[in-house]
Amino acid sequence: MNQPYPRFPEFKYYRPKSSKEAVDFLEKYADQSRPYTGGTDCFNQIRDKRIHPKYLVDLKSIKGFRKIEFDLKKGLNIGAAVCLNEIIRHPKIMGYYPVLIEAAREVGGYQLRNRATLVGNLCNASPCGDTIGPCLTYRSKVHIVGPDSKHEVDLKDFFKGPGKTCLRPGEIVASVSLPIPPLGAAGTYESIGRNKFGDLAIAAVTVLGYEKKDSLSGYEFLLALTAVAPTVIFSELAQEILKTLPLTLDTLEQAALACSEACKPIDDIRGSAKYRRDMIKMLALRGLIRTCKQLNIPL
Amino acid sequence: MELIKIHVTVNGSEEILDVSPNLSLLNMLRENLALTGTKSGCEAGECGACTVLLEREPVNSCMVLAVECNGLSVETIEGLSEKEAMKKLQNAFMDLSAIQCGFCTPGMLISAFALLKRNPNPNDEEIRMALLGNLCRCTGYERIINAVKKAAKK
Repeated sequence: MNQPYPRFPEFKYYRPKSSKEAVDFLEKYADQSRPYTGGTDCFNQIRDKRIHPKYLVDLKSIKGFRKIEFDLKKGLNIGAAVCLNEIIRHPKIMGYYPVLIEAAREVGGYQLRNRATLVGNLCNASPCGDTIGPCLTYRSKVHIVGPDSKHEVDLKDFFKGPGKTCLRPGEIVASVSLPIPPLGAAGTYESIGRNKFGDLAIAAVTVLGYEKKDSLSGYEFLLALTAVAPTVIFSELAQEILKTLPLTLDTLEQAALACSEACKPIDDIRGSAKYRRDMIKMLALRGLIRTCKQLNIPL
Repeated sequence: MELIKIHVTVNGSEEILDVSPNLSLLNMLRENLALTGTKSGCEAGECGACTVLLEREPVNSCMVLAVECNGLSVETIEGLSEKEAMKKLQNAFMDLSAIQCGFCTPGMLISAFALLKRNPNPNDEEIRMALLGNLCRCTGYERIINAVKKAAKK
């Protein structure tokens, strides 16, 4: 037949029904197979010839992978095949993890978010992944299933570099869990892209703040910086400043400067390293001011 | 290459097809079923010209494999055009000249159709957010947004 449109190179398709089936297959064909859920990153990598899998392993039919579970003690657990729109419209996630929703809305258009998954966004390990910052500040854990065992890893230890995670051959992420945030926590996701929405972040800052009795300022803030280092990073110095100094506009400015200094950005087609560093300072300050407003902290 | 048999409901009728694993839903619709209302644009999930409904939700058909649709229902612009809500949208697009070359129009209509199903009275911001994944290179966004508002009021 005449084939007028570009098509994928050849591959075989495997759709396991259980995580054991998936893991066994992925271990056996470790160098030749690629697991996926939504495919929104994976398919473009195949089309761009960046990866050449012989087998595509579709994880969407695995029992439990499409579940969102919420419990006031355990918190939230999101299965690997849950798409971003399911997360965005979930009332409990809106109530308890609004910063995650704010960031998830930044990913692509509506129809792409019907396929793209949160776990996929994490496993893709892009330094500019929109949902990574909020998952880090909510202190998420990833639940890994492997050939020998199941184990969990703190999300902050999951990333090893751009596109690199601690997953070993044959291992997959079954779900990501987010504990209940501290009482009264508030935050925001501030990002800048070439378009207002839907574009990859040139730079972004996630802020999460909450009351903390034993800190000198009375509060603790977590600040995750996106698209300005090989992985999404926390600014430890900024967090320390906000813990120890009285919360004034001057303190927020010092913290924003510390964020900018913590960056190790690169020049690329979306922005220069200098622009990214400058934008991080502005985004951090904006995020902190907005978060303080939500927490009713007078500045 | 090995072919896989799939059962897929397209615009209400069941199709049994032998598809190769690397066939996208977009190419299945255009090549195997001659449903060319679904357009092939960027093939990267950016432009929305290939938008169809999969299980009643809009998706980029370039980012879905045909084999993944086994047992699922797909609706394209050809099938949806029979529905009253879609006719209202099409008429509003024509009345307000929300079309120039027309290449993005099937995708725009399907995204707007899905929006009005979940939110019958969207404001400008909600329309913009719902159509964010549909690019128009004739830059007719204002008229498109007005047409969606007009269809919602009818």
